[in-house]
Amino acid sequence: MTAEDEYAAVPIRVTVNGVSHDAVVEPRTLLVYFLREQLGLTGTHVGCDTSQCGACTVHLNGRAVKSCTILAVQADGAEIKTIEGLANGDIFHPVQEGFREKHGLQCGYCTPGIVMTAVHLLETNPHPTDEEIKHALEGNLCRCTGYVNIIESIKWAAAKMGGENVSR
Amino acid sequence: MFPASFGYVAAHSVDEALVLLEKHGDEGKLLAGGHSLIPAMKLRLSSPRTLIDLGTIPGLRGIRVNGDNLVIGALTIHADVASSDLVRKHLPGLADAANVIGDMQVRNRGTIGGSVAHADPAADFPVVLTALNASLVVQSSTGNRSLGVDEFFTDFFTTAMAANEILTEIRVPIPGPGSGTAYVKLPHPASGYVVVSAGALITVSSSSCASARVAIGGLGSGPIRAVATETELKGKSLTLQVINAAAAKAAENADPTEDSYASAEYKRHVATVYARKAIETAVERAAK
Repeated sequence: MTAEDEYAAVPIRVTVNGVSHDAVVEPRTLLVYFLREQLGLTGTHVGCDTSQCGACTVHLNGRAVKSCTILAVQADGAEIKTIEGLANGDIFHPVQEGFREKHGLQCGYCTPGIVMTAVHLLETNPHPTDEEIKHALEGNLCRCTGYVNIIESIKWAAAKMGGENVSR
Repeated sequence: MFPASFGYVAAHSVDEALVLLEKHGDEGKLLAGGHSLIPAMKLRLSSPRTLIDLGTIPGLRGIRVNGDNLVIGALTIHADVASSDLVRKHLPGLADAANVIGDMQVRNRGTIGGSVAHADPAADFPVVLTALNASLVVQSSTGNRSLGVDEFFTDFFTTAMAANEILTEIRVPIPGPGSGTAYVKLPHPASGYVVVSAGALITVSSSSCASARVAIGGLGSGPIRAVATETELKGKSLTLQVINAAAAKAAENADPTEDSYASAEYKRHVATVYARKAIETAVERAAK
């Protein structure tokens, strides 16, 4: 077997934001680079690239994960959702709306990852306490906001998703 | 950051993975959730020639009761251990540990088998599983064997598993009536890894301590049994005074090294505090 064969690219099929993609990836391609460079979905960001900051958070089979720490080949057969897949046309997801209403972002670099984390949190725990929100956000770093408005944004979204009349 | 180039093969059964492991020898590396291995490969601390993916094997994920044991498949993710009703009912201390590993995204991907086989001295599962007297079931082409946790972690990132073996199951004895389990840790504020942690399994019978297992993390190359603490608890009525005196001996047979975050003296002291917390919580739970 030659070295070229040994490191051969691998065919994968993934569904990203509802669209099926057949692709060929080098085994060492990280999922985040596959999404950004092969599919052009640049809403998912690379921050620390060391599994700390959470800017690369996407949903893999319904769970929030760090796409800088997953090989694209490991996603073969998976359903992936990125920040681009959250809004329904012009209608924002309530978490996106919450970040706008409660000023949950400043520079915005960490925001796609935090929004994806928050969506997963609210899918599994629709009425989190402040402590539960903080626990869920441990894997996301924001260097601008100090997190206070991020927590407010997520609580706003939880209220809206729970059918409450939320203030603007 | 990219790992060095490598080849990738997906295994679809443990038997197939064993054949692949045999074929690739020292140049092959098993991939579970990848949350220790992939970061190490990105930093080029590890450059295996071939990754053998276990994530594609059905049946290695899940939690069930088998006789007196809770059996956890090696590919079960931390989040599933943390939220499992069976774990929370029978072994809340194990859920404590699963719920403080890394962060939510890491818990959604990292596996208990990966964590145990990696044997990071700053990991949570090795410590709590030592307190809970777990067994590790490993498979090779010649069959299965079960290793007790006390003989499993042999050194930094080193276990008693042979190179041709795959960890398939973690078996944790379900404690009898009057037992309580707990795990607490002081995490490093940046990494979330263990600075010092403690796990406890306490069984109370007619208001005195019938048996105790206490394990401490962060003080050595792997989990350390706090034997002096256990001895001090056994047979005694579990008053605060008794618990405090026992916990004070938690670092007795440990020789921690100083690092940039904590001195050896500080780690030894924190071990006594966290041993006390773990024992107190286990005793409270034993009463329920």
